[in-house]
Amino acid sequence: MRKVAVVGAGMTKFMRRAQETGKELAWQAAKMALDSCELTVKDVDCVVMGTAPDAFDMVHMKAEYLSDGAGAWRKPYVRGFLGGGTGVFTANQAWYHVASGMFDVCLAVAEEKMSSCLPHPQGAFVTCWDQFTESPLGTSLLWFFAWEMNRYMTVHGITERDIAAVSVKNKKNALDHPCAQLAANITVDDVMKSEIMAWPVKRLDVSPTSDGAAALVFVSEDVAKRITDKPVWVEGVGWCLDTMYIGQRDLYYPKYVEYAARMAYDMAGIKEPRKEIHIAEPYDPFDYKELHHMEGLLLCGKGEAPRMLADGVTQRTGDLPVCPSGGLLGVGNAIAASGVMKVAEIFWQLRGEAGKRQVPGKPRKGVAQAWGDEMQVGTVIVLGV
Amino acid sequence: MSERIKSWPGTPLTDKDLAANKVLLTEWQPNLKYAWDAGIGYGRYFAELRKGRIVGTRCHKCRRVLLPARVFCEWCFRTVDEWVYLKDTGVINTFSVAYTGSMAERLKDPKIPALVEVDGSGGVAIMHLISEVDPWKVRIGMKVKAVWKPAQKREGAITDIKYWKPI
Repeated sequence: MRKVAVVGAGMTKFMRRAQETGKELAWQAAKMALDSCELTVKDVDCVVMGTAPDAFDMVHMKAEYLSDGAGAWRKPYVRGFLGGGTGVFTANQAWYHVASGMFDVCLAVAEEKMSSCLPHPQGAFVTCWDQFTESPLGTSLLWFFAWEMNRYMTVHGITERDIAAVSVKNKKNALDHPCAQLAANITVDDVMKSEIMAWPVKRLDVSPTSDGAAALVFVSEDVAKRITDKPVWVEGVGWCLDTMYIGQRDLYYPKYVEYAARMAYDMAGIKEPRKEIHIAEPYDPFDYKELHHMEGLLLCGKGEAPRMLADGVTQRTGDLPVCPSGGLLGVGNAIAASGVMKVAEIFWQLRGEAGKRQVPGKPRKGVAQAWGDEMQVGTVIVLGV
Repeated sequence: MSERIKSWPGTPLTDKDLAANKVLLTEWQPNLKYAWDAGIGYGRYFAELRKGRIVGTRCHKCRRVLLPARVFCEWCFRTVDEWVYLKDTGVINTFSVAYTGSMAERLKDPKIPALVEVDGSGGVAIMHLISEVDPWKVRIGMKVKAVWKPAQKREGAITDIKYWKPI
């Protein structure tokens, strides 16, 4: 397989509701990504699109609807879809389009417009559950996270306060992100006092719903060497799906994330992720998920992530900065676009271009990860310079 | 090139902008109906629930119980070997005290959705509700028993079990 580099990135603001349509958002992010590496749409050989359930927009064949905004006019075009895991998988797909030798320049675009769905986009999930054994119980999306968070806390003896500190950190990190929707200085007490949605999940444990888009440019080694002196290499990719039967897996640990991570680490030649990964962007739609995913990504042992957080290791100035972007909790959760935003953050950090968010110490290797589907998919990418 | 970009695209709207008709919207409310087939495995699973019994299937290759009952083992990728009746008691694997419903609407009285490991299944859990208990006294590991609808009111659905209550 050929070496593949990321050479450009772009994104829109993440917003509760955007005036722009999905394709306008996609266009803004895609154009910015191409401009950032001085390519034009004529240089693009193929396009991959990441966007989550059609039910958010109720625009069926959404990728086709978005195709002009994504720069896909008269080009090979494909949509990958893994629910919340879509964003990082979009990067993985772009990687194999180029690594295979089929294409030299691949534009990866992810878009989400959740605000169209009223009264609340959560309603779009009602047909995700099993029609016979789950939906008739009045199932809410939040229940799944509450079950997982409760199981995680109970198995390891972790408290709600331990977990709330993730929300505090990420919303604070997001103060330095120019596209952030919910950046704020809050305290653990604020999280604890916020409305109970589905205990143990409280309002400030949860990321917002968002509109937004993000894009990346993937190129082959020869193109990279021609157009940039700062390529960021894709060193490993991985993805894995667990069973849809929720009662058949133990929610305290995301085994499928571990499998996806091992696939990516093996490809990247990483033996000791704790030492070799300098910066991480695990998926954090809920505060406990950042900790859960750090464990799945083998960045610490099972149940040890809260300790790393408490010790300041995962702060932007710590030994292993985690979600220096501000994550979904701070920047926003434009589902697929958020996964691409995370890969873009690693890209900017490894190039030393993250501005006020830049972590010290010149990181050379970073991992981004997304999660979703029916809460049983892990998608992972390792970038390096 | 995050630090070099000074202006990021995107035009946020507020609820006020919408209320003041500042932007053009068009609305559509779908009115569709779907009728889903229960299939072979679930068909029997629900027929047994109507009789007040919980049934699973067993794969003799991996020796595990599949619950809800289904006709093929996705691990071994082969047909299951037998139907097994399970108890209507179990253990709470995890739970929530939920103030939100499926449309993110707020519930005045919380529901207690849970995963219940059904006795006899080897620890396989099903999704259901807990009741007849103070929500704040529910704990992981609690023993529970199914509370069934009266026989004549059962219709072959997961809701033939009204809820599970601690024992």
